[in-house]
Amino acid sequence: MGDKRTTVEEIVGELRPGMTVGIGGWGSRRKPMAVVRAICRSGLDDLTVVAYGGPDVGLLCATGQAKKVVCSFVTLDSVALDPHWRAARQQGRVEVMEIDEGMFFLGLQAAAWRVPFLPTRAGLGSDVLAVNPDLRTVRSPYAEGPFAEAADAGAELVAMPALRLDVAIVHANRADQAGNAQFLGPDPYFDDLFLGAAARRFVTAEAVVARGTLSDHGPLSSVSVHRLLTDGVAEVPRGAHFTACPPDYGRDEAFQQEYAAAAADGDAWAAFRRRYIDVDEAGYQRAVAERQGAAR
Amino acid sequence: MSPADGATRAEVCVVACAEAWRGDGEVMASPFGTVPALGARLALRTFAPELVLTDGEAALLSGAPPLGADDVVREAAMPYRTVFSVVWSGRRHIMMMASQIDRLGNQNLSVVGDWHHPKVQLIGMRGAPGNSVNHPTSYWVPDHSTRTFVEAVDLVCGVGHRRAAFAGPAATRFHDVRVVVSNLGVFDFATPERVMRLRSVHPGVELDEVVAATAFELVIESDVQETRQPSAEELQLIRDVLDPKGLRDREVRG
Repeated sequence: MGDKRTTVEEIVGELRPGMTVGIGGWGSRRKPMAVVRAICRSGLDDLTVVAYGGPDVGLLCATGQAKKVVCSFVTLDSVALDPHWRAARQQGRVEVMEIDEGMFFLGLQAAAWRVPFLPTRAGLGSDVLAVNPDLRTVRSPYAEGPFAEAADAGAELVAMPALRLDVAIVHANRADQAGNAQFLGPDPYFDDLFLGAAARRFVTAEAVVARGTLSDHGPLSSVSVHRLLTDGVAEVPRGAHFTACPPDYGRDEAFQQEYAAAAADGDAWAAFRRRYIDVDEAGYQRAVAERQGAAR
Repeated sequence: MSPADGATRAEVCVVACAEAWRGDGEVMASPFGTVPALGARLALRTFAPELVLTDGEAALLSGAPPLGADDVVREAAMPYRTVFSVVWSGRRHIMMMASQIDRLGNQNLSVVGDWHHPKVQLIGMRGAPGNSVNHPTSYWVPDHSTRTFVEAVDLVCGVGHRRAAFAGPAATRFHDVRVVVSNLGVFDFATPERVMRLRSVHPGVELDEVVAATAFELVIESDVQETRQPSAEELQLIRDVLDPKGLRDREVRG
Protein backbone atom coordinates (compact mmCIF):
# COMPACT_ATOMS: atom_id res chain seq x y z
CA MET A 1 0.00 0.00 0.00
CA GLY A 2 1.02 3.58 -0.46
CA ASP A 3 2.97 2.95 -3.64
CA LYS A 4 0.99 4.18 -6.62
CA ARG A 5 3.67 3.72 -9.23
CA THR A 6 2.38 2.37 -12.51
CA THR A 7 3.19 2.52 -16.22
CA VAL A 8 1.74 4.20 -19.27
CA GLU A 9 0.68 0.78 -20.56
CA GLU A 10 -1.21 0.00 -17.35
CA ILE A 11 -2.92 3.41 -17.44
CA VAL A 12 -4.09 2.94 -21.01
CA GLY A 13 -5.07 -0.64 -20.11
CA GLU A 14 -7.76 0.80 -17.86
CA LEU A 15 -9.41 2.70 -20.69
CA ARG A 16 -12.37 1.27 -22.57
CA PRO A 17 -14.04 2.30 -25.82
CA GLY A 18 -16.70 4.94 -25.29
CA MET A 19 -15.11 6.45 -22.18
CA THR A 20 -14.94 10.15 -21.37
CA VAL A 21 -11.29 11.07 -20.93
CA GLY A 22 -10.08 14.35 -19.44
CA ILE A 23 -6.61 15.49 -20.48
CA GLY A 24 -4.78 18.16 -18.44
CA GLY A 25 -2.55 21.01 -19.59
CA TRP A 26 -3.59 23.88 -21.85
CA GLY A 27 -3.12 24.30 -25.61
CA SER A 28 0.35 23.01 -26.48
CA ARG A 29 1.53 23.18 -22.87
CA ARG A 30 2.26 20.34 -20.44
CA LYS A 31 0.09 17.75 -22.15
CA PRO A 32 0.47 14.08 -21.10
CA MET A 33 1.58 13.24 -24.63
CA ALA A 34 3.14 9.85 -23.83
CA VAL A 35 -0.29 8.64 -22.72
CA VAL A 36 -1.93 10.28 -25.74
CA ARG A 37 0.53 8.44 -28.01
CA ALA A 38 -0.23 5.18 -26.19
CA ILE A 39 -3.96 5.77 -26.66
CA CYS A 40 -3.30 6.31 -30.37
CA ARG A 41 -1.47 2.96 -30.53
CA SER A 42 -4.19 1.19 -28.54
CA GLY A 43 -6.88 1.67 -31.15
CA LEU A 44 -9.45 2.50 -28.44
CA ASP A 45 -12.24 4.36 -30.15
CA ASP A 46 -15.51 6.15 -29.51
CA LEU A 47 -13.77 8.38 -26.96
CA THR A 48 -15.08 11.68 -25.63
CA VAL A 49 -12.07 13.94 -25.07
CA VAL A 50 -12.41 16.78 -22.56
CA ALA A 51 -9.55 19.29 -22.80
CA TYR A 52 -8.27 22.83 -23.08
CA GLY A 53 -7.36 21.59 -26.51
CA GLY A 54 -3.95 21.23 -28.08
CA PRO A 55 -2.21 18.46 -30.03
CA ASP A 56 -3.84 15.88 -27.75
CA VAL A 57 -7.14 16.72 -29.43
CA GLY A 58 -5.49 17.03 -32.86
CA LEU A 59 -3.90 13.59 -32.66
CA LEU A 60 -7.01 11.80 -31.41
CA CYS A 61 -8.98 13.46 -34.22
CA ALA A 62 -6.36 12.47 -36.79
CA THR A 63 -6.58 8.83 -35.70
CA GLY A 64 -10.37 8.99 -35.63
CA GLN A 65 -10.51 7.81 -32.01
CA ALA A 66 -12.20 10.95 -30.71
CA LYS A 67 -15.88 10.63 -31.34
CA LYS A 68 -16.60 13.82 -29.47
CA VAL A 69 -14.54 16.72 -28.11
CA VAL A 70 -15.55 18.99 -25.22
CA CYS A 71 -13.51 22.19 -25.52
CA SER A 72 -13.38 25.97 -25.77
CA PHE A 73 -10.61 26.07 -28.34
CA VAL A 74 -7.95 23.91 -29.93
CA THR A 75 -4.60 25.60 -30.48
CA LEU A 76 -0.90 24.83 -30.75
CA ASP A 77 -0.09 28.31 -29.31
CA SER A 78 2.83 29.14 -31.61
CA VAL A 79 0.77 27.68 -34.47
CA ALA A 80 -2.62 29.28 -33.89
CA LEU A 81 -4.77 26.53 -35.40
CA ASP A 82 -4.25 22.75 -35.24
CA PRO A 83 -4.71 21.55 -38.84
CA HIS A 84 -5.67 18.01 -37.74
CA TRP A 85 -8.52 19.42 -35.67
CA ARG A 86 -9.56 21.78 -38.46
CA ALA A 87 -9.69 18.94 -40.96
CA ALA A 88 -11.78 16.76 -38.63
CA ARG A 89 -14.24 19.60 -38.02
CA GLN A 90 -14.46 20.71 -41.62
CA GLN A 91 -14.97 17.13 -42.81
CA GLY A 92 -17.60 16.49 -40.14
CA ARG A 93 -15.66 13.64 -38.54
CA VAL A 94 -16.09 14.71 -34.91
CA GLU A 95 -18.86 15.90 -32.60
CA VAL A 96 -18.21 18.96 -30.46
CA MET A 97 -19.45 20.47 -27.24
CA GLU A 98 -18.00 23.97 -27.56
CA ILE A 99 -18.28 26.11 -24.43
CA ASP A 100 -16.68 29.21 -22.91
CA GLU A 101 -13.32 28.66 -21.17
CA GLY A 102 -14.73 29.71 -17.81
CA MET A 103 -17.76 27.45 -18.21
CA PHE A 104 -15.33 24.59 -18.84
CA PHE A 105 -13.53 25.40 -15.56
CA LEU A 106 -16.84 25.49 -13.68
CA GLY A 107 -17.92 22.18 -15.22
CA LEU A 108 -14.81 20.49 -13.89
CA GLN A 109 -15.21 22.25 -10.54
CA ALA A 110 -18.84 21.14 -10.25
CA ALA A 111 -17.85 17.52 -10.91
CA ALA A 112 -15.00 17.73 -8.41
CA TRP A 113 -17.34 19.20 -5.77
CA ARG A 114 -20.11 16.68 -6.56
CA VAL A 115 -22.76 19.29 -7.32
CA PRO A 116 -24.87 19.03 -10.50
CA PHE A 117 -24.05 22.51 -11.80
CA LEU A 118 -22.51 25.87 -10.97
CA PRO A 119 -24.12 29.18 -11.96
CA THR A 120 -22.35 31.76 -14.10
CA ARG A 121 -23.00 34.73 -16.34
CA ALA A 122 -20.65 33.22 -18.92
CA GLY A 123 -22.64 32.05 -21.90
CA LEU A 124 -25.62 34.37 -21.42
CA GLY A 125 -26.61 36.01 -24.69
CA SER A 126 -24.10 34.05 -26.76
CA ASP A 127 -24.60 31.13 -29.14
CA VAL A 128 -23.07 28.77 -26.59
CA LEU A 129 -26.64 27.96 -25.56
CA ALA A 130 -27.77 27.61 -29.19
CA VAL A 131 -25.10 25.07 -30.14
CA ASN A 132 -25.53 23.15 -26.87
CA PRO A 133 -29.31 22.76 -26.66
CA ASP A 134 -29.05 20.57 -23.55
CA LEU A 135 -27.58 23.41 -21.48
CA ARG A 136 -30.01 25.07 -19.09
CA THR A 137 -30.30 28.33 -17.23
CA VAL A 138 -31.24 28.74 -13.57
CA ARG A 139 -33.00 31.56 -11.75
CA SER A 140 -31.49 32.92 -8.56
CA PRO A 141 -33.70 31.96 -5.60
CA TYR A 142 -32.65 35.15 -3.80
CA ALA A 143 -35.26 37.52 -5.19
CA GLU A 144 -36.02 38.82 -1.71
CA GLY A 145 -34.85 38.43 1.86
CA PRO A 146 -31.53 39.15 3.53
CA PHE A 147 -29.43 37.64 0.73
CA ALA A 148 -31.11 39.45 -2.15
CA GLU A 149 -29.14 42.02 -4.11
CA ALA A 150 -31.47 44.30 -6.03
CA ALA A 151 -29.43 44.30 -9.22
CA ASP A 152 -29.41 40.49 -9.41
CA ALA A 153 -32.76 39.72 -7.84
CA GLY A 154 -34.18 36.77 -9.75
CA ALA A 155 -31.23 36.80 -12.13
CA GLU A 156 -31.24 34.11 -14.78
CA LEU A 157 -27.80 32.52 -15.06
CA VAL A 158 -26.27 29.70 -17.04
CA ALA A 159 -26.27 26.46 -15.03
CA MET A 160 -22.99 24.92 -16.13
CA PRO A 161 -23.39 21.17 -15.67
CA ALA A 162 -20.74 19.02 -14.02
CA LEU A 163 -18.26 17.62 -16.55
CA ARG A 164 -17.85 14.16 -15.05
CA LEU A 165 -14.93 12.15 -16.39
CA ASP A 166 -14.33 8.42 -16.47
CA VAL A 167 -10.58 8.93 -16.50
CA ALA A 168 -8.27 11.93 -16.11
CA ILE A 169 -4.64 12.06 -17.16
CA VAL A 170 -2.26 14.94 -16.40
CA HIS A 171 1.49 15.44 -16.73
CA ALA A 172 3.49 16.94 -13.85
CA ASN A 173 7.10 17.99 -13.43
CA ARG A 174 7.57 15.76 -10.37
CA ALA A 175 5.49 13.26 -8.48
CA ASP A 176 6.19 10.95 -5.57
CA GLN A 177 5.46 7.27 -5.07
CA ALA A 178 2.45 8.07 -2.90
CA GLY A 179 0.72 9.98 -5.70
CA ASN A 180 1.43 13.61 -4.82
CA ALA A 181 2.38 15.72 -7.84
CA GLN A 182 4.22 18.99 -8.34
CA PHE A 183 4.10 21.71 -10.99
CA LEU A 184 7.30 23.73 -11.26
CA GLY A 185 6.22 25.85 -14.24
CA PRO A 186 4.32 29.14 -14.14
CA ASP A 187 0.77 27.73 -14.28
CA PRO A 188 -0.79 24.60 -12.75
CA TYR A 189 -3.69 25.09 -15.19
CA PHE A 190 -6.72 23.02 -14.09
CA ASP A 191 -5.00 19.69 -13.64
CA ASP A 192 -6.17 19.18 -10.06
CA LEU A 193 -9.76 19.73 -11.21
CA PHE A 194 -9.44 17.24 -14.07
CA LEU A 195 -8.32 14.70 -11.46
CA GLY A 196 -11.06 15.73 -9.05
CA ALA A 197 -13.71 15.36 -11.76
CA ALA A 198 -12.69 11.80 -12.68
CA ALA A 199 -13.47 8.30 -11.43
CA ARG A 200 -9.92 7.06 -12.24
CA ARG A 201 -7.02 9.52 -11.92
CA PHE A 202 -3.53 9.23 -13.35
CA VAL A 203 -0.43 11.40 -13.31
CA THR A 204 2.62 11.01 -15.48
CA ALA A 205 5.70 12.92 -14.37
CA GLU A 206 9.18 13.79 -15.55
CA ALA A 207 10.46 12.06 -12.42
CA VAL A 208 8.87 10.07 -9.60
CA VAL A 209 10.77 10.66 -6.37
CA ALA A 210 10.66 9.20 -2.89
CA ARG A 211 7.68 10.03 -0.75
CA GLY A 212 8.20 13.16 1.31
CA THR A 213 10.98 14.59 -0.86
CA LEU A 214 9.00 16.82 -3.26
CA SER A 215 9.82 19.82 -1.08
CA ASP A 216 13.46 19.34 -2.14
CA HIS A 217 12.40 20.32 -5.67
CA GLY A 218 10.22 23.34 -4.92
CA PRO A 219 8.00 24.85 -2.24
CA LEU A 220 5.15 22.68 -0.94
CA SER A 221 2.71 25.14 -2.51
CA SER A 222 3.90 23.84 -5.89
CA VAL A 223 2.63 20.35 -4.88
CA SER A 224 -0.90 21.27 -5.89
CA VAL A 225 -1.96 17.70 -6.58
CA HIS A 226 -2.13 15.69 -3.35
CA ARG A 227 -2.50 11.94 -3.20
CA LEU A 228 -6.22 12.05 -2.38
CA LEU A 229 -6.61 13.02 -6.04
CA THR A 230 -4.62 10.23 -7.67
CA ASP A 231 -4.80 6.49 -8.32
CA GLY A 232 -1.54 6.03 -10.18
CA VAL A 233 1.70 7.79 -11.11
CA ALA A 234 4.05 6.86 -13.93
CA GLU A 235 7.54 8.17 -14.49
CA VAL A 236 7.84 9.28 -18.10
CA PRO A 237 10.82 11.52 -18.84
CA ARG A 238 9.99 13.90 -21.71
CA GLY A 239 6.45 12.59 -21.42
CA ALA A 240 4.97 15.93 -22.48
CA HIS A 241 7.08 16.21 -25.65
CA PHE A 242 6.50 18.06 -28.00
CA THR A 243 4.45 20.39 -25.82
CA ALA A 244 6.09 22.79 -23.35
CA CYS A 245 7.00 21.49 -19.89
CA PRO A 246 8.93 24.27 -18.18
CA PRO A 247 11.32 24.38 -16.43
CA ASP A 248 12.27 20.87 -17.64
CA TYR A 249 12.01 21.74 -21.33
CA GLY A 250 10.29 24.11 -23.72
CA ARG A 251 8.06 23.29 -26.66
CA ASP A 252 9.83 21.49 -29.53
CA GLU A 253 8.77 24.01 -32.16
CA ALA A 254 10.44 22.23 -35.08
CA PHE A 255 8.72 18.97 -34.19
CA GLN A 256 5.42 20.75 -33.75
CA GLN A 257 5.82 22.14 -37.28
CA GLU A 258 6.36 18.59 -38.54
CA TYR A 259 3.26 17.44 -36.66
CA ALA A 260 1.20 20.25 -38.22
CA ALA A 261 2.60 19.56 -41.69
CA ALA A 262 1.54 15.90 -41.34
CA ALA A 263 -2.06 17.06 -41.78
CA ALA A 264 -1.33 17.97 -45.40
CA ASP A 265 -2.46 14.66 -46.91
CA GLY A 266 -2.82 10.96 -46.27
CA ASP A 267 0.76 10.15 -47.22
CA ALA A 268 2.20 12.78 -44.89
CA TRP A 269 0.05 11.49 -42.03
CA ALA A 270 0.95 7.86 -42.75
CA ALA A 271 4.66 8.69 -42.65
CA PHE A 272 4.29 10.64 -39.41
CA ARG A 273 2.22 7.87 -37.88
CA ARG A 274 4.72 5.17 -38.86
CA ARG A 275 7.68 7.05 -37.47
CA TYR A 276 6.25 8.59 -34.31
CA ILE A 277 3.06 6.82 -33.26
CA ASP A 278 3.23 3.16 -34.26
CA VAL A 279 6.32 2.74 -32.08
CA ASP A 280 6.64 2.39 -28.32
CA GLU A 281 7.60 5.35 -26.14
CA ALA A 282 11.32 4.45 -26.27
CA GLY A 283 11.08 4.23 -30.04
CA TYR A 284 9.37 7.60 -30.14
CA GLN A 285 12.02 9.28 -28.02
CA ARG A 286 14.71 7.66 -30.19
CA ALA A 287 13.07 8.96 -33.37
CA VAL A 288 12.88 12.45 -31.84
CA ALA A 289 16.57 12.30 -30.88
CA GLU A 290 17.53 11.10 -34.37
CA ARG A 291 15.47 13.88 -35.87
CA GLN A 292 17.26 16.46 -33.72
CA GLY A 293 20.62 14.93 -34.63
CA ALA A 294 19.78 15.17 -38.32
CA ALA A 295 18.77 18.80 -37.90
CA ARG A 296 22.15 19.73 -36.44
CA MET B 1 1.55 67.94 -27.65
CA SER B 2 1.77 68.94 -31.26
CA PRO B 3 0.68 66.44 -33.91
CA ALA B 4 3.64 64.60 -35.30
CA ASP B 5 4.27 64.39 -39.01
CA GLY B 6 4.58 61.12 -40.82
CA ALA B 7 2.87 58.73 -38.44
CA THR B 8 2.13 55.43 -40.15
CA ARG B 9 -1.30 53.84 -40.18
CA ALA B 10 -0.08 51.24 -37.69
CA GLU B 11 1.02 54.02 -35.33
CA VAL B 12 -2.35 55.76 -35.62
CA CYS B 13 -3.97 52.40 -34.79
CA VAL B 14 -1.72 51.97 -31.74
CA VAL B 15 -2.89 55.31 -30.37
CA ALA B 16 -6.54 54.51 -31.20
CA CYS B 17 -6.22 51.24 -29.27
CA ALA B 18 -4.50 53.01 -26.36
CA GLU B 19 -7.45 55.42 -26.14
CA ALA B 20 -9.74 52.44 -25.44
CA TRP B 21 -8.18 52.11 -21.97
CA ARG B 22 -8.30 55.84 -21.07
CA GLY B 23 -9.92 56.40 -17.71
CA ASP B 24 -10.12 52.71 -16.77
CA GLY B 25 -8.07 52.99 -13.57
CA GLU B 26 -6.46 49.94 -11.97
CA VAL B 27 -7.73 47.12 -14.19
CA MET B 28 -6.06 44.31 -16.08
CA ALA B 29 -5.59 45.36 -19.69
CA SER B 30 -5.69 42.25 -21.89
CA PRO B 31 -4.71 43.13 -25.45
CA PHE B 32 -4.76 40.56 -28.26
CA GLY B 33 -2.68 41.31 -31.34
CA THR B 34 0.48 43.35 -31.77
CA VAL B 35 -1.14 46.76 -32.22
CA PRO B 36 -3.38 46.44 -29.12
CA ALA B 37 -0.36 45.16 -27.13
CA LEU B 38 1.46 48.36 -28.07
CA GLY B 39 -1.64 50.44 -27.39
CA ALA B 40 -2.02 49.11 -23.85
CA ARG B 41 1.69 49.73 -23.19
CA LEU B 42 1.47 53.23 -24.57
CA ALA B 43 -1.61 54.00 -22.47
CA LEU B 44 0.12 52.71 -19.34
CA ARG B 45 3.21 54.84 -20.01
CA THR B 46 1.23 58.01 -20.67
CA PHE B 47 -2.35 58.70 -19.61
CA ALA B 48 -3.34 55.42 -17.87
CA PRO B 49 -0.51 54.63 -15.44
CA GLU B 50 -2.69 52.47 -13.18
CA LEU B 51 -3.30 49.79 -15.82
CA VAL B 52 -1.92 46.31 -15.15
CA LEU B 53 -0.46 44.11 -17.87
CA THR B 54 0.38 40.41 -17.90
CA ASP B 55 3.42 38.71 -19.37
CA GLY B 56 1.14 36.74 -21.69
CA GLU B 57 1.82 33.59 -19.68
CA ALA B 58 0.95 33.52 -15.99
CA ALA B 59 2.17 36.69 -14.24
CA LEU B 60 1.39 40.36 -13.75
CA LEU B 61 4.09 42.76 -14.91
CA SER B 62 5.59 45.86 -13.40
CA GLY B 63 5.03 48.70 -15.85
CA ALA B 64 4.95 48.34 -19.61
CA PRO B 65 8.10 46.75 -21.00
CA PRO B 66 8.84 46.81 -24.73
CA LEU B 67 7.30 44.09 -26.91
CA GLY B 68 9.28 40.89 -26.65
CA ALA B 69 11.51 42.13 -23.80
CA ASP B 70 13.23 39.39 -21.80
CA ASP B 71 14.11 41.38 -18.70
CA VAL B 72 10.61 42.01 -17.42
CA VAL B 73 9.73 42.41 -13.73
CA ARG B 74 6.93 40.14 -12.56
CA GLU B 75 4.87 41.31 -9.59
CA ALA B 76 2.31 38.59 -8.96
CA ALA B 77 1.15 35.22 -10.22
CA MET B 78 -1.72 35.28 -12.70
CA PRO B 79 -2.40 31.66 -13.69
CA TYR B 80 -5.51 30.98 -15.77
CA ARG B 81 -7.61 30.15 -12.72
CA THR B 82 -6.87 33.58 -11.30
CA VAL B 83 -7.62 35.15 -14.67
CA PHE B 84 -11.18 33.83 -14.36
CA SER B 85 -11.44 35.40 -10.91
CA VAL B 86 -10.40 38.70 -12.44
CA VAL B 87 -12.81 38.28 -15.36
CA TRP B 88 -15.74 37.57 -13.06
CA SER B 89 -14.78 40.40 -10.70
CA GLY B 90 -14.99 42.83 -13.59
CA ARG B 91 -11.52 44.33 -13.03
CA ARG B 92 -10.44 43.80 -16.62
CA HIS B 93 -10.80 45.47 -20.01
CA ILE B 94 -10.00 43.12 -22.86
CA MET B 95 -9.35 44.01 -26.46
CA MET B 96 -10.10 40.80 -28.36
CA MET B 97 -9.67 40.19 -32.03
CA ALA B 98 -12.69 39.36 -34.15
CA SER B 99 -12.74 37.08 -37.17
CA GLN B 100 -16.19 38.57 -37.74
CA ILE B 101 -18.02 41.45 -36.08
CA ASP B 102 -21.50 42.69 -36.91
CA ARG B 103 -23.68 45.78 -36.74
CA LEU B 104 -24.98 44.78 -33.31
CA GLY B 105 -21.53 44.28 -31.81
CA ASN B 106 -21.60 40.49 -31.83
CA GLN B 107 -18.20 38.91 -32.35
CA ASN B 108 -17.11 35.55 -33.74
CA LEU B 109 -13.78 33.77 -33.57
CA SER B 110 -14.97 30.18 -33.76
CA VAL B 111 -16.02 29.19 -37.29
CA VAL B 112 -16.85 30.53 -40.73
CA GLY B 113 -20.13 29.13 -41.98
CA ASP B 114 -22.67 26.96 -40.13
CA TRP B 115 -21.19 25.86 -36.79
CA HIS B 116 -22.56 22.34 -37.31
CA HIS B 117 -20.74 22.01 -40.66
CA PRO B 118 -18.03 24.66 -40.61
CA LYS B 119 -16.58 25.85 -43.86
CA VAL B 120 -13.54 27.04 -41.92
CA GLN B 121 -12.78 26.01 -38.34
CA LEU B 122 -11.08 28.85 -36.46
CA ILE B 123 -9.66 28.80 -32.93
CA GLY B 124 -12.94 28.43 -31.03
CA MET B 125 -15.02 30.74 -28.86
CA ARG B 126 -12.40 30.78 -26.11
CA GLY B 127 -13.48 33.10 -23.27
CA ALA B 128 -15.45 35.53 -25.43
CA PRO B 129 -18.93 34.70 -24.07
CA GLY B 130 -17.86 35.18 -20.46
CA ASN B 131 -15.62 38.18 -21.08
CA SER B 132 -18.28 40.17 -22.88
CA VAL B 133 -20.92 39.88 -20.13
CA ASN B 134 -18.53 40.42 -17.23
CA HIS B 135 -16.26 43.37 -17.99
CA PRO B 136 -15.49 46.05 -20.57
CA THR B 137 -14.71 44.54 -23.96
CA SER B 138 -13.30 46.16 -27.08
CA TYR B 139 -12.26 44.66 -30.40
CA TRP B 140 -9.37 44.95 -32.83
CA VAL B 141 -9.74 44.03 -36.49
CA PRO B 142 -6.53 44.57 -38.46
CA ASP B 143 -8.11 43.65 -41.82
CA HIS B 144 -11.34 45.63 -42.21
CA SER B 145 -13.34 44.12 -45.07
CA THR B 146 -16.81 42.85 -45.90
CA ARG B 147 -15.56 39.45 -44.68
CA THR B 148 -14.78 40.77 -41.19
CA PHE B 149 -17.45 43.49 -40.82
CA VAL B 150 -20.45 41.31 -41.62
CA GLU B 151 -24.23 41.74 -41.48
CA ALA B 152 -24.56 38.94 -38.91
CA VAL B 153 -21.73 36.85 -37.43
CA ASP B 154 -21.83 33.09 -38.09
CA LEU B 155 -21.60 32.32 -34.34
CA VAL B 156 -22.15 34.78 -31.51
CA CYS B 157 -19.10 34.33 -29.24
CA GLY B 158 -18.67 37.87 -27.88
CA VAL B 159 -22.13 39.20 -26.97
CA GLY B 160 -23.44 42.43 -28.48
CA HIS B 161 -25.85 44.89 -26.87
CA ARG B 162 -29.10 43.52 -28.27
CA ARG B 163 -28.23 39.91 -27.47
CA ALA B 164 -27.34 40.89 -23.91
CA ALA B 165 -30.60 42.79 -23.48
CA PHE B 166 -32.55 39.82 -24.78
CA ALA B 167 -30.80 37.50 -22.30
CA GLY B 168 -31.94 39.66 -19.39
CA PRO B 169 -30.57 41.79 -16.56
CA ALA B 170 -27.94 39.24 -15.47
CA ALA B 171 -26.40 39.57 -18.93
CA THR B 172 -26.62 43.36 -19.18
CA ARG B 173 -25.51 44.19 -15.63
CA PHE B 174 -21.79 44.19 -16.44
CA HIS B 175 -22.00 44.07 -20.24
CA ASP B 176 -19.96 46.90 -21.70
CA VAL B 177 -18.85 46.56 -25.32
CA ARG B 178 -16.97 49.78 -25.93
CA VAL B 179 -15.07 50.35 -29.13
CA VAL B 180 -13.99 48.54 -32.25
CA VAL B 181 -10.70 49.66 -33.75
CA SER B 182 -9.85 48.58 -37.30
CA ASN B 183 -7.12 49.50 -39.72
CA LEU B 184 -9.56 52.01 -41.23
CA GLY B 185 -11.25 53.68 -38.28
CA VAL B 186 -12.75 53.64 -34.80
CA PHE B 187 -16.33 52.50 -34.15
CA ASP B 188 -18.67 52.47 -31.17
CA PHE B 189 -22.29 51.81 -30.27
CA ALA B 190 -23.30 55.28 -29.05
CA THR B 191 -26.56 55.26 -30.98
CA PRO B 192 -30.14 54.99 -29.71
CA GLU B 193 -30.45 51.45 -31.07
CA ARG B 194 -26.94 50.47 -29.93
CA VAL B 195 -25.86 49.68 -33.47
CA MET B 196 -22.37 50.34 -34.78
CA ARG B 197 -21.41 53.94 -35.46
CA LEU B 198 -18.36 55.27 -37.19
CA ARG B 199 -16.65 57.37 -34.53
CA SER B 200 -13.59 58.44 -36.52
CA VAL B 201 -11.73 57.60 -39.70
CA HIS B 202 -7.97 57.24 -39.63
CA PRO B 203 -5.97 59.97 -41.39
CA GLY B 204 -5.63 59.18 -45.08
CA VAL B 205 -8.74 56.96 -45.16
CA GLU B 206 -11.71 58.07 -47.27
CA LEU B 207 -15.20 57.66 -45.90
CA ASP B 208 -16.17 55.71 -49.04
CA GLU B 209 -13.41 53.23 -48.33
CA VAL B 210 -14.90 52.43 -44.90
CA VAL B 211 -18.39 52.12 -46.32
CA ALA B 212 -17.25 49.83 -49.14
CA ALA B 213 -15.33 47.59 -46.74
CA THR B 214 -18.34 47.14 -44.42
CA ALA B 215 -21.09 44.65 -45.28
CA PHE B 216 -23.75 46.48 -43.25
CA GLU B 217 -24.99 50.02 -42.92
CA LEU B 218 -22.90 51.96 -40.45
CA VAL B 219 -24.36 54.92 -38.60
CA ILE B 220 -22.41 57.83 -40.02
CA GLU B 221 -23.06 61.27 -38.60
CA SER B 222 -22.51 64.42 -40.61
CA ASP B 223 -19.43 65.51 -38.71
CA VAL B 224 -17.25 62.38 -38.62
CA GLN B 225 -13.99 63.12 -36.88
CA GLU B 226 -10.54 62.08 -37.97
CA THR B 227 -8.75 59.71 -35.56
CA ARG B 228 -6.21 61.76 -33.69
CA GLN B 229 -2.59 61.71 -34.74
CA PRO B 230 0.02 60.41 -32.31
CA SER B 231 1.85 63.15 -30.43
CA ALA B 232 5.60 63.50 -30.83
CA GLU B 233 6.06 61.92 -27.40
CA GLU B 234 3.83 58.99 -28.30
CA LEU B 235 5.62 58.40 -31.59
CA GLN B 236 8.97 58.44 -29.83
CA LEU B 237 7.71 55.88 -27.29
CA ILE B 238 6.28 53.59 -29.99
CA ARG B 239 9.27 53.78 -32.31
CA ASP B 240 12.23 53.95 -29.96
CA VAL B 241 11.06 52.22 -26.80
CA LEU B 242 8.08 49.89 -27.19
CA ASP B 243 8.54 48.49 -30.70
CA PRO B 244 11.97 49.30 -32.11
CA LYS B 245 11.80 46.25 -34.41
CA GLY B 246 8.65 47.54 -36.09
CA LEU B 247 6.48 44.48 -35.41
CA ARG B 248 3.43 46.77 -35.74
CA ASP B 249 4.05 47.10 -39.48
CA ARG B 250 3.54 43.37 -39.95
CA GLU B 251 -0.02 43.68 -38.66
CA VAL B 252 -1.00 46.92 -40.40
CA ARG B 253 0.64 48.26 -43.53
CA GLY B 254 0.73 51.76 -44.98
